[in-house]
Amino acid sequence: MRIVTAAFAIAAGLIVLLGYFFPDQLESFRIILLDWAIIIAAMAVLIGIYNLIAVQMEKIRTRQKGSTYGVILVIALIITFGLGLILGPENPYMRLTVDAIIVPVEASLMAILAVTLIYASIRLLRRRVDVTSVLFLVIAVIFMLAIVPIPFGGVSALQDVILEVTGMFSRGGARGLLIGIALGTLLTGLRVLFGIDRPYGGN
Amino acid sequence: MLALGLLVFAAILLIALTFWRRRTPASFRRIDAYERLNRSVGLAVENGSRLHISLGRGNLFTARGGSALAGLAMLRRLAERTSVSDRPPVVTSGDASLAILSQDTLQSGYRAAGAEEQYRFSTGRLTGLTPFSYAAGAIPAIHDENVSANIIIGDLGTEAALLTEASDRENANLIAASDDLSAQSVFYASAQDPLIGEELFAAGAYVGAGAAHDASLNVQDIMRWLIILALLLGVGLKILGAPI
Repeated sequence: MRIVTAAFAIAAGLIVLLGYFFPDQLESFRIILLDWAIIIAAMAVLIGIYNLIAVQMEKIRTRQKGSTYGVILVIALIITFGLGLILGPENPYMRLTVDAIIVPVEASLMAILAVTLIYASIRLLRRRVDVTSVLFLVIAVIFMLAIVPIPFGGVSALQDVILEVTGMFSRGGARGLLIGIALGTLLTGLRVLFGIDRPYGGN
Repeated sequence: MLALGLLVFAAILLIALTFWRRRTPASFRRIDAYERLNRSVGLAVENGSRLHISLGRGNLFTARGGSALAGLAMLRRLAERTSVSDRPPVVTSGDASLAILSQDTLQSGYRAAGAEEQYRFSTGRLTGLTPFSYAAGAIPAIHDENVSANIIIGDLGTEAALLTEASDRENANLIAASDDLSAQSVFYASAQDPLIGEELFAAGAYVGAGAAHDASLNVQDIMRWLIILALLLGVGLKILGAPI
């Protein structure tokens, strides 16, 4: 069975990959396989939600710390899911649920994130004192000063120069990092394609 | 055709170097974060604490899936190594497909170590489907489950700061890497030994996942040098006024 799984995964991967290079011959196969993959991904979301509920139920059953939040999560999930099925996602009440609860909650987490990032940068030098850490902080401060709006509107010429100079180095650095990440992604993909890494359980 | 040529070249190099690395083990430069990771794994097994592995929310149908697959390869090895521990590692992810694969990978790791009965489905968790809900769902795992080390490897954005902050509050070891540049800057500020750029993809080789992972690093190095040479050649031709 494991061999069949691996063979199917490798064949599907190869067809999808080669479909990009030989569209005339393999495009239709590629589209069919991608359609199947999208359906499987949608099913995976349902399985994932089941997993989320099961983990929370186990927490509640064994009275672990934070199980009260688990109860709230499960109840809210069932209500939202049920209403979504009955009313549909475009219903005004469903939209209200998203706009009045989920968006504000995520916005508040973003606010916490801003504080967390400031705190992390303050502690950076306590954690690691070296040239690159100091440079990191100095550049971050200069960059923030350059993008901050100045009173009475407009952007000063100095801000433009700072953005241009820091942007030149940061763009170069970012491209270097992204090339490295692209190479890593390529090799990881090849390992999966050859069946060396089999995250689907056949390994 | 250039892309296909590069792909075939990389594939041939990977196969050839994998066979070579099976006979001649590689020696890599020291990366402090992976030294810390290997120490943390040993410590977790010895003192009965738990590892928390965060695989991020890399969707496998996008280019971001590469980091998730790299995380899964590392997870496979860590599952084997911690199979003798009283407390199995907890794996959190923010993508449903990734969560299912993490469960499968954990089970495979235990099976390979001959300890399949140790596997619990609840150790591979989907904690949320949006960036912040994922982070909010993963934080309780860091706080409440006797975690001694947090290994965050995958596709995350700035929300990763919430996880690193939680880890810091628990005085747990933190090993963090992402393919996202904003997350990398967050990790640079909040992790003791940050992993930058493609160091994320070295995780498998540094935890002993096999010759193919060692060979992958060699191929990456060779291709990086080729890209550098191509860039220098392009600059030289441009300076000389060649129409490129």
